[in-house]
Parts: sequence; C-alpha cells; structure tokens
Amino acid sequence: MRFTKDHEWVALDGDVATVGITAYAAEQLGDVVFVEVPEVGKVVKTGDGLAVVESVKAASDVYAPIAGEVVEANGALSDTPETVNHAPEGDGWFAKLKVADKAAVEALMDRDAYEAFLQTL
Amino acid sequence: MRYLPLTPADRAEMLGVVGVSSVDDLFRDVPQTARRDGTVDLPNHLGELEVEQELRALAGRNRAAGDGLFFCGAGAYRHHVPATVDHIIQRSEFLTSYTPYQPEIAQGTLQYLYEFQTQVAALTGMDVANASMYDGSTAAGEAVMMAHRVTKRPKAVLSGGLHPHYAETIKTLAHVAGVDIVRQPAAIDGEAAVVDALDADVACVVVQTPNVFGTATDVAKIAAAAQAAGALLIVVTTEVVSLGLLKSPGEMGADIVVAEGQSIGNGLNFGGPYVGLFAAREKFLRQMPGRLTGETVDADGRRGFVLTLSTREQHIRRDKATSNICTNSGLCALAFTIHMSLLGEAGLRKLAALNHQKARALRAELAAVPGVEVLTPRFFNEFAIRLPADAAEVVETLAGNGVLAGVPYSRLDPAAGLDDVLLVAATEMTPDNDIRFLPRALARVLGAKEQG
Repeated sequence: MRFTKDHEWVALDGDVATVGITAYAAEQLGDVVFVEVPEVGKVVKTGDGLAVVESVKAASDVYAPIAGEVVEANGALSDTPETVNHAPEGDGWFAKLKVADKAAVEALMDRDAYEAFLQTL
Repeated sequence: MRYLPLTPADRAEMLGVVGVSSVDDLFRDVPQTARRDGTVDLPNHLGELEVEQELRALAGRNRAAGDGLFFCGAGAYRHHVPATVDHIIQRSEFLTSYTPYQPEIAQGTLQYLYEFQTQVAALTGMDVANASMYDGSTAAGEAVMMAHRVTKRPKAVLSGGLHPHYAETIKTLAHVAGVDIVRQPAAIDGEAAVVDALDADVACVVVQTPNVFGTATDVAKIAAAAQAAGALLIVVTTEVVSLGLLKSPGEMGADIVVAEGQSIGNGLNFGGPYVGLFAAREKFLRQMPGRLTGETVDADGRRGFVLTLSTREQHIRRDKATSNICTNSGLCALAFTIHMSLLGEAGLRKLAALNHQKARALRAELAAVPGVEVLTPRFFNEFAIRLPADAAEVVETLAGNGVLAGVPYSRLDPAAGLDDVLLVAATEMTPDNDIRFLPRALARVLGAKEQG
C-alpha cells in the first residue's frame, strides 16, 4: 500500500489500483455521510478530482493519486457511507483504477514514510 | 464618529495590488452602452415636506393595476392578497430577518421555510423543494445548470412557448456554465416539439405549462421521450394558481419543476421582488441549488428544524458549490406560505376554478369581436388573441382610455414576428363588467383603425 500527502492510499494488484482515504483522513473528517464516487470509464490524470467525501463537518475532494481509467467504483458507499469511518483502508475504498504507469505508484510514500509525514503535521 | 474616505494614495495602492490602473478598469465587463459618464443630475437637498410633495407628484404619474381595467399577465398576475398576509409578514421577527446564517437559532424562520417547502413539493407533485430562489426565471436558469451537472451533457433545448424573459435569463446564466442553448421558434401550442431536438448531447428540455401564450400542455409524453433519451424534463410554470386545477408537473413525469410564486401572497410590486419555486426528484437532491430546511429532533426528542445538506452550498463547497445563491426570497416565500395556508387545498382549487371561469367568459366575449381570433387552444386564466392590427399600438390607444388590455407579445420578444398577438389574462380580481367592457372598447379602437 502506498500513500499521498493528500491522505489517500493506493493498493496495486496487477495493473489495477484500489484507491481510498487513510484512517488519519477519515478520523479528521468525522462521520462520513455521503461519498460521490466516479463513474466507471472516467479517465483521470494525477491530481484530477476523483471523488467527493462529505462528513458532518465538511465536504472534501479526493484527488486521483495516479493517472488511470476507473474500472470499478464502490457503489456500496451510497447506502453505507459510514464504512469509510469503520474500514477506511479496507471496505471503505472509493474506486479502482486501471493504471498504465505502475512505477508512479511505487514512487509514492510507503507506510513508514507516510507515518513519518503524519508526525510533521 | 468621523468618516475618513480613502485618499488617492490609498486607492492607487489598492489598485496596484489587484493589478489594474484605474477604478474604471474594474468595470470592464460592463458594456460601454450600459455605463454612464459623468455625474447624475440630481436636485439639491429639500425639506421633508417638499420631498413628500415631490414624491407624491411622481407617484401620481403611475398607473397602478387597480386604477382601471386590467388584463395583463405574461408572468406576473394580479391576485387578491388577504390583509392577514401583510399583517403577519410585518412582524419584526419576520420583516427584518435575513436568510439564516446561524440557522438553528432561528427556529421560527426555519419552521416557515419547512412549511413553504412542503407546500411547494405538494403543489408541484415533486419529492423535494428548496427554501426558494430569487424568481421564476433565475430558478429556470439554475434548473438548466443543474441538469447539466446531473447529465454532464452540453445542451439545453427551450420550447417555443417558454416565456422569452425566462429564455434570456437561462441564456445569461447558463452560458457561463458552458451550456449551449437551443431555443425553438415561438409557438402557441408547440411544447411537444422539444422532443424532435433530443439527442445524446441534450441535458434537458425546458417546457412551460401554461406557456407564455397561455396554452396548457400534458407533458407526460415529453417526459417519457426525454427520459428515454437520457435527458431531464424541466417544467416551468409562471402562474402557480393554475396548479389548483391542472395536473401537477410531478404527476406528469417532470424531473425538475420551477415556477414563479408571485401569484400566491405577493402583489405585482412593479415586477419584484418575487419568489422562485424550485422542486426536484429526490435522486437529484445533492445537485439542487439553494437552501434546504430539514426536520429533526433535538437532544430531548423535541421536533426542530435545521438547514440541511449545506455542503452543496458556497460557504462550504466554495467554487464547487452547486450554485452561487446563498440566500432565498425569505419575505416573499413567507407571504406565499401564509396565503397558501389560508387558502388550503380546497381554497386553492376554488380560486383556480374562479380564474378559469373568468378567463372563459373573457374568451367568449373577445371571440365575438370582428377580426379577433383566439389562438390558444387550452388555457387556464390567460390566452393569446390575434388582432387585425399591431397589438402594441392597440394597447397604447386603449391605455389612453384607462384600459390596460393585455401584454403585446412583441413587447416580450420583438424579433418573433408576432406583432399582432396580444396576451390577455383574467383573474378573480377581474370584475364581470370589465370583461363585458373590454371587447366593446377593443371593437371601437379596431373599427376606428379600419376607417382611419
């Protein structure tokens, strides 16, 4: 699993990357009440808006940590957005992207680097 | 306290920061023709008594709707406003309050907005309604932009029966959002023609019932065609009293309903302020513009109200907000709510029936005038007639005799080539005597024209 400074995680399986927000991000947001996931087929560049997560405190954009095409979106979140709080780095994933540049994923922070980054906040 | 204006040096510094050379540069987007050079020539100060006399003289030059015979409609209707409405809205808690920015402290305001929303949803036959928009036309503009967000398609098709001012407002608002507007040619009874323009790029079709010519349309087939093409159906109504008799747009399959709410509880007021109604299907809730009031319970289980889904709004979502409206037409919405509560369902039906009855009587009288042709096939309280003369000239002549005979269509859309079309309306306010008098006055003017 790799991480970004925007508190997203990426888990690569073959050429498909699953994307979600980190436990830290989920805790900061508070109770998540709505997630707008992308449509399958949407093509995103690194940094494009990928999803919107709405909590009782705020609505935040989730940016694509890597470029790719959306091959699956977590539709279950529309009925149970709280999954993002319960299992942010598991069942609370947002979307799966088919990526062309796997090296770009490897170049992101690993867990140790992310934990160290959190210490600086 | 002293008032210290900015010095020229202050101004120069501020202009430097934003990167323009003069204050005028800040107004570059305003067309030259709309600007005024130099100062406005205003008289010097006067005493209170003189000002009062001056203003009274100015007001005396107006011709109010109640000063003579009145048959104008075309989007603004003269209805009875019960004295109770004015009395209640003048309570200072209501009269002076702005849209709630610290909402939960203003439970009274939230409660009436919740009741307003409930009335609008029931009236339009829709799942949800917001706490109101500025007026019907801006609500229509917002509806088109919402359809663009929902469908992610680039085009909006406007019917030939949509009020031309609404079409212009939609254009003004939606072009900024990147929506292409296709406006069909003016048509008395052509709402259904929007389906001919449906394709994979169409985000929405916008139809009006009763339309600007007064024609009432069953939009169910249009709804089905739009849905099959993946587009939304937006239904516009400029006369909400019609919903007391006609099938609601929601029942006919509309996705978004927008309306001008002035007819209920609000006077003509020289054209504003008015109140826009905005209602939609629940699945589009998160793409709606404007403020939404919700019902909830407090920590002790008591019923209370909140502003809900605010994360759509500008103060939270910033540039990604669904709309830049951060307010509503609070006092006009309150007047609407009070009047609607007084009427109730039975009262609204009765009011609507009376309007239709008056309009039918007027139609029968006008149809008998030589040379006059009634154009509108199915109407509520307004219809279009064709005159054997320029409608604007006829209206002008009749106005000189104390009769406001209606709105010439050319006034709304000069380029449509419908200079002989006159829109006439009757409401519960139109006395039977006036209905009998108008055709006689009209016949006299037309007869004189023929001889002249």
